[in-house]
Amino acid sequence: MFVDTKHHRPAKPRAAPAPPRFRLGESRAAMGLLFMLPAASILLLFLAYPLGLGVWLGMTDTRVGRIGHYIGIENYEMLWMDSVFWTSVFNTFLYTVVASIAKFALGLYLALLLNRHLPFKAFLRAIVLLPWIVPTALSAIAFWWIYDSQFSIVSWSLQRLGLIDNYINFLGDPAWARASVIIANVWRGIPFVAITLLAGLQTIPPSLYEAATIDGATPWQRFRYVTFPMLTPIIAVVMTFSVLFTFTDFQLIYVLTRGGPLNATHLMATLSFQRAIPGGNLGEGAAIAVTMIPFLLSAILFSYFGLQRRRWQHGGTD
Amino acid sequence: MASVDIRQVRKAFGTFEVIHGIDVDIGDEEFVVLVGPSGCGKSTLLRMIAGLEQISGGEISIGGRVVNQMPPKERDIAMVFQNYALYPHMNVFDNMAFSMKLRHAEKSLIEQRVRQAAEILDLTKYLDRYPRQLSGGQRQRVAMGRAIVRDPQVFLFDEPLSNLDAKLRVQMRTEIKALHQRLRTTSIYVTHDQIEAMTMADRIVVMHEGHVEQIGTPLELYDRPANLFVAGFIGSPAMNFMEGTLRREGDRAWVAAKGDLALPAPRGVGGSDGQTVVYGIRPGHLRIASDAEQGLPAEVEVIEPTGDNTLVFCRLGDIIVCAATTERHPLQPGERLRLVPQRDAGHVFDAATGQRL
Ligand SMILES: Nc1ncnc2c1ncn2[C@@H]1O[C@H](COP(=O)(O)OP(=O)(O)OP(=O)(O)O)[C@@H](O)[C@H]1O
Ligand SMILES: [Mg+2]
Repeated sequence: MFVDTKHHRPAKPRAAPAPPRFRLGESRAAMGLLFMLPAASILLLFLAYPLGLGVWLGMTDTRVGRIGHYIGIENYEMLWMDSVFWTSVFNTFLYTVVASIAKFALGLYLALLLNRHLPFKAFLRAIVLLPWIVPTALSAIAFWWIYDSQFSIVSWSLQRLGLIDNYINFLGDPAWARASVIIANVWRGIPFVAITLLAGLQTIPPSLYEAATIDGATPWQRFRYVTFPMLTPIIAVVMTFSVLFTFTDFQLIYVLTRGGPLNATHLMATLSFQRAIPGGNLGEGAAIAVTMIPFLLSAILFSYFGLQRRRWQHGGTD
Repeated sequence: MASVDIRQVRKAFGTFEVIHGIDVDIGDEEFVVLVGPSGCGKSTLLRMIAGLEQISGGEISIGGRVVNQMPPKERDIAMVFQNYALYPHMNVFDNMAFSMKLRHAEKSLIEQRVRQAAEILDLTKYLDRYPRQLSGGQRQRVAMGRAIVRDPQVFLFDEPLSNLDAKLRVQMRTEIKALHQRLRTTSIYVTHDQIEAMTMADRIVVMHEGHVEQIGTPLELYDRPANLFVAGFIGSPAMNFMEGTLRREGDRAWVAAKGDLALPAPRGVGGSDGQTVVYGIRPGHLRIASDAEQGLPAEVEVIEPTGDNTLVFCRLGDIIVCAATTERHPLQPGERLRLVPQRDAGHVFDAATGQRL
């Protein structure tokens, strides 16, 4: 907006016009660039550079301690033949899909519960946030104990209840291991979903529910026709983030199973690290990491185009 | 269509009672306005009728059925909220059709009823707009349309016009009244605006701090307010009040006020000689005396011309009174004049109880 300031100027004529000269403060473009500089340099240094380096490394045969040479797409050709790589792709998808759905369902349920009038409401909400606050590595170690083959509290309880005879080998059996890491991830991810959805729930005006009640809606219909549609925009944002975090998860797996047993829990992120650092094969590790990019991009594009602001959220124009 | 009977209804939030036993009988096809200052419990009463608030005591019946324990949807009522409560993710058509869809009404019937309501409210052009894309007045009409489509026994309105600008408010209140004359659905309308109450109501219920102060037609309340509260609340500009002592001599009665003022009490006034009273008179009933006339000596303080009439605020003894005149006197602040109360237009209230004498 440009405000016409002409009328506010004093009436007296200006002195001889100043010679035209460049002044930084007067050039919008220059000022704009200047203000963008800090943010842009941080982005370049910490995002663009590592990304570019990763893409480059993926096309070399760099190993730890040795400068590599450009080898084109040879790394990718090898991965194409590599069954462990494909297992990790499968695992990543299984992990992401199952954990995200579970986080969404449980998080929404928890948010709906917390949105009601409960005793100790503030206290309960704080408790729910706990898994989110504890550092991942720490909670992973706790889960490690819970899942331990000899000291597992879960196995112990089940045995005491008479439901099982032998301790379950949570992290040693491929199927159990997959389930175990997914459960740990869900436990850790629920607070983010629940608290964000709770914030969304609280923006829905109570009078809408009252109107729906008078219109004859049952509690389920109120959820189906009022709560859920009004929550979709925030669900879209939360689930996009949740999917991205889950897809790129590393810490939890690495502490719990290191990808084992028999690569059953190797995700693309853990495999990439495994191959690059302990394995020493930086080029190949980078290539695996790069293969994650298309999946992540498509998730972002899906949420960007598919879950854009709905028409009803836009202001009106005649 | 149905009558609504409210009997000894009480409401307490926890231990805090906000409605202390209210009785109102609302007849079939009647348009009743609940009016009172903010916080007097109008909305709470309305929400109890709607079933949005538990009834702590007493009984509400709609069409002869006691509804105390009945969920809102079985009460066959429709409510228009102050903020309209339109579903933002549904277009105008779906907003209006929602209740019928929930009842699994036939598609053709829904279509027909919604179109009919849209016709009445002049909304046909906007049926596929979203609430965000409508003006305040249009949203208000959609909220009404949603109520009309349900074809309920009773309409409940909770300050439906208070979010509109003054001009639109006047227009919409005429529309609501016309709508009521056309549909004849029993309506209960909550407002804190006494002008809205006066202009729309068949009968007005004046509430104050959880009690009913008076029930009556607009003119009954205006002409014979039952107590000081109603007298002061109904009418704009507000009634002038002066404290004094009731004097009786034969069949003549007047109120003697400070500064040797003798204010004529209306014929048939009750009360006894020497009783402390409050004398009330509406600004329109105070006339500015012509030169030869007797009157109450006063001094002009402020003059407010409104066009139709002019409000003259004068100092009379130690209080300020307002006189409304349609004549155009060339008055100046500080000028002395005399005020003549219209015969029998005064109201006398007991000072202790506030009740009309
Ligand atoms: N949920 C509640 N819990 C406790 N007190 C309440 C609640 N709702 C209303 N009240 C109290 O009940 C009284 C009446 O409130 P109500 O909303 O009926 O007033 P109102 O007459 O509609 O006023 P307004 O014109 O401002 O809308 C107020 O004193 C209010 O503080
Ligand atoms: Mg209210």
